[in-house]
Amino acid sequence: MAECHPVGFQWVTEAQQRGARVIHIDPRFTRTSAVADKHVALRAGSDIVLLGALINYVLSNDLHFDEYVRHYTNAATIVSEDYQDTEDLNGLFSGYDPQKGTYDATSWSYASRGDEEKVEEPGTEPESDVAEPDEYGAGGPSLRHADVERDDSLQDPRSVFQLLKRHYRRYTPEMVEETCGISAEDFHHLAESITKNSGRERTTAFCYAVGWTQHAQGAQFIRTAAVLQLLLGNMGRPGGGIVALRGHATIQGSTDIPTLFNLLPGYLPMPEAGQHDSLEDFTGAIGSKLQKGFWANADAYTVSLLKAWFGDAAHAGNDYAFEYLPRLTGAHGTYQTVERMLRDELDGYFLVGQNPAVGSANGKMQRMGMSHLKWLVVRDFSLIESATWWKDGPEIESGELRTEDIDTEVFFMPAANHTEKAGSFTQTQRLVQWRHQAVTPPDDAQSELEFFHELGRRIRARVADSSDPRDRPLLDLTWDYPTDEHGEPDPESVLREINGYYVDGPDAGTPLSAFTQMRADGSTAGGCWIYTGIFADGVNQAARRRPGHEQDETAAEWAWAWPANRRILYNRASADPEGRPWSERKKHIWWDQENGRWTGRDVPDFPETLAPGTKSHPDAGGPDALAGDDPFIMQADGKGWLFAPNGLVDGPMPTHYEPPESPISNPLYAQQSNPARITLPRSDNLLAPSAAQHGSEVYPHVFTTYRLTEHHTAGGMSRFLPYLSELQPEMFCEVSPEFAELVGIENYGWATIISPRSAIEARVLVTDRVRALTAGGRRIHQVGLPYHWGTGTDAVVEGDAANDLLGITLDPNVQIQGSKAAQCDVIPGRRPRGQALLDLVENYRKRAGITVDTGNQKLTAPYPEPQTTTSEED
Amino acid sequence: MARITPLEWPVLRQLRSRDSTGRGAAVTSRKTRRTAPRTDDADTVVQSICPYCAVGCGQKVFAKDDRVIHIEGDPDSPISRGRLCPKGAASEQLVNSSGRQTTVLYRAPRSHDWEEFDRDRALDMIADRFVEARRRHWEDEDEHGNPVNRTMGVASLGGATIDNEENYLIKKLFSAAGAVQIENQARI
Ligand code: SF4
Repeated sequence: MAECHPVGFQWVTEAQQRGARVIHIDPRFTRTSAVADKHVALRAGSDIVLLGALINYVLSNDLHFDEYVRHYTNAATIVSEDYQDTEDLNGLFSGYDPQKGTYDATSWSYASRGDEEKVEEPGTEPESDVAEPDEYGAGGPSLRHADVERDDSLQDPRSVFQLLKRHYRRYTPEMVEETCGISAEDFHHLAESITKNSGRERTTAFCYAVGWTQHAQGAQFIRTAAVLQLLLGNMGRPGGGIVALRGHATIQGSTDIPTLFNLLPGYLPMPEAGQHDSLEDFTGAIGSKLQKGFWANADAYTVSLLKAWFGDAAHAGNDYAFEYLPRLTGAHGTYQTVERMLRDELDGYFLVGQNPAVGSANGKMQRMGMSHLKWLVVRDFSLIESATWWKDGPEIESGELRTEDIDTEVFFMPAANHTEKAGSFTQTQRLVQWRHQAVTPPDDAQSELEFFHELGRRIRARVADSSDPRDRPLLDLTWDYPTDEHGEPDPESVLREINGYYVDGPDAGTPLSAFTQMRADGSTAGGCWIYTGIFADGVNQAARRRPGHEQDETAAEWAWAWPANRRILYNRASADPEGRPWSERKKHIWWDQENGRWTGRDVPDFPETLAPGTKSHPDAGGPDALAGDDPFIMQADGKGWLFAPNGLVDGPMPTHYEPPESPISNPLYAQQSNPARITLPRSDNLLAPSAAQHGSEVYPHVFTTYRLTEHHTAGGMSRFLPYLSELQPEMFCEVSPEFAELVGIENYGWATIISPRSAIEARVLVTDRVRALTAGGRRIHQVGLPYHWGTGTDAVVEGDAANDLLGITLDPNVQIQGSKAAQCDVIPGRRPRGQALLDLVENYRKRAGITVDTGNQKLTAPYPEPQTTTSEED
Repeated sequence: MARITPLEWPVLRQLRSRDSTGRGAAVTSRKTRRTAPRTDDADTVVQSICPYCAVGCGQKVFAKDDRVIHIEGDPDSPISRGRLCPKGAASEQLVNSSGRQTTVLYRAPRSHDWEEFDRDRALDMIADRFVEARRRHWEDEDEHGNPVNRTMGVASLGGATIDNEENYLIKKLFSAAGAVQIENQARI
């Protein structure tokens, strides 16, 4: 955090000065480790073993926060009899299809109270579909109902609590030592620190950055921490939670109002062909009207979005133009798009402030893919490597591409920067902050707002006379934003639309002030329901700038946080079931008996007048079905999920698997790697054999990639700046003295790092900060590689790209690539050039006997036929 | 150089200016006295946000004659309290560095070089190509006959410094055009 979110780290330092203990867990020793109370180094990719062992420690020593767990989590809920655990099935869960390499999640569902409740409700989906994460928004698929079977004693062997205990019982301190390379002593220090610092009086926070997301099961890494935090009662409370430290100025905003293939604004999913043919199918699949919480109102959010986009053309008679939306057929993520490029199935590509030639895994696939395009539009500040690969990319040097053979047309369109346009960024805590414009953009530079608005106008003009129904959505699109004298659309007019407004009636045109005002009858419009309120009272709330020193620590009048300006999500959990703060020290939100409402230091994240003792009405649905002790108001049962009955495609409880390339065999299960991971078996995306397979010794070392304070991502905003380039001028590899001696490399000398994808060179940095670990019975060396450099001729500094070494294997829940643990060899000296480089890489592959199948077999353990269940015949 | 008078003796100067430690006014040179912060020259200052990481530090952007002359931390921000890290502190160079490309460039098929290009013409060409690619790769149905109503001919990959309002327009336009392959750094 001190390395990559330096100014945010001042708060950690301040907490430390007030007595907080800071423990840094990272394969790498960073500027955070330097000031932390303790640094615990672990083997890259072994996180679930460590976190699972902490869960086991909490459960076997009865250290969980009992009252919190009983009331606020699904610990007492009974799971279907059909469910079988990894302990029963050789490391897999029930429902695995070895042919498809995917799970059917039916058997993970909650037990039903009686067969009569299995009756399908209109608009809800059968739960037997193979889980496809792209079909769901953030809430996961709907539960059919919230009336679940419970055992409040937590003793039933099918209760979530007991299942959890059993699932993690072999995650022991010894296993941690053996797998992660962390000593028993360090483990106990960690376990004691977090358990002693949790409970009524104290809370523990887990902070993570992309180090956790970039794994073939990154979503499950984070889930493990969530389970632990729920058991310790650290969610929804001040000083607790899981703090996602996202990497970029508005990467949070890019997810909320997504430029992502699988989402519509506000975490509504994109509709899937064959599943969501009607609006009713679609909204019912997001949230059943019978489940608890605010996803049950998905119809109001969806209809408001369609009204915002298509205006009068969206009406009750045509399902609010729902059919205008294009449909998905599976995943269409960035890596699938690159595969399409390589098959010549994509004509045009827009790169908008993004440098995949350097910043995406398997750089060669990225650049080769772009050479198959008909046209490429690069919008950026400088001539980044993704704009110039056709003349100075690594494949030109190696002879794999020749400039005169590349047919791709490239348009470089200069972008306006953050001072040259007004608009909002959403930072990592969901705080939306408005930027005011300082100057006008120079020369041809223009904002994305202006560029895409103008492009939209010109595209619409080209189909203006069309009677083709395909062009209707373009022609019916609301696209008349007021522009200034330079052609720049008014960004506040866009923010107003995002916020939403009344379409008709006496308040027509008035901004909505809360998403609870949205209706499914076409009377409201709004582009992103979770942002509703950002323009409440016609005021740009994100531009509020009451100085921090004039406010309390919540600083509620600085900018605006979604939803509803709440600063801590699920903050109902900061009070006990009766609505009293768990302790004076950790007071945040409480029930005001006298006035019959929730009050406190934040906007309550709960229906304001829902009293603590309220029981759930069995026939109600949506927010009205919430009980007074259901703090997790977006979950279908109002509870924090220790066990996820649906929504995840690779298991209801996080389970340790080795990374797709690993130096050791999975010590916990016969199943080596995540059996549901997404593989791209291709000759340009080869994987190294893992431990115990022939050839694994050819790539004996682990490498991991990371960032530095002085650079930003693929360097587009840092390697072109003299100050930052001077501070970190050169690509390097960070290794331990033991390793330097082993492979014969010297500090400041050169090393060549070879993976099955490519070979790169880097300066050598030998430092005590890196230490070899013993895991899986062998000495494991880890090589650290910053990923900010790329080869080109326009940046102030250039160097080989770490991403060229990485292969592509994706997390099945979120389609993010693993970038943090892979295998390599390291040899002294600079890499060869031209054909000799390709020969070097090929010789390694041959020695290791690599084929397209290597590392891509999903199932590595015999999958015992799950006991056939009889419940269906009953 | 000014004539040296006895009154300018350091000890007298120190006594006269009551600068007891001799580290203040008594030892300030004429040059220092004439030096003023460049922010004094600014004709405007606006509140902004750092464009690098997701901490979201506050910035004050000082401009003169429609040019950014200085960027510093905003002490009002409850997040950053006036601080910036090396990246945020270097962001003035993001605006003014000589490495910035501010005009449109075009590379024709098989060409070895860029050519300078008119922006309006480039925009028209991009719009033509968009419409053409959209048509060429249009799909009405998937292989099971379910309606899909989309084009697979155009894709976009965005960075995570695109304003919310901008992302909103991109998603809106692409969806109306039937283009589903829109991606962002958020998945990388
Ligand atoms: S100044 Fe540094 S810490 Fe603050 S937002 Fe910018 S990059 Fe992040």
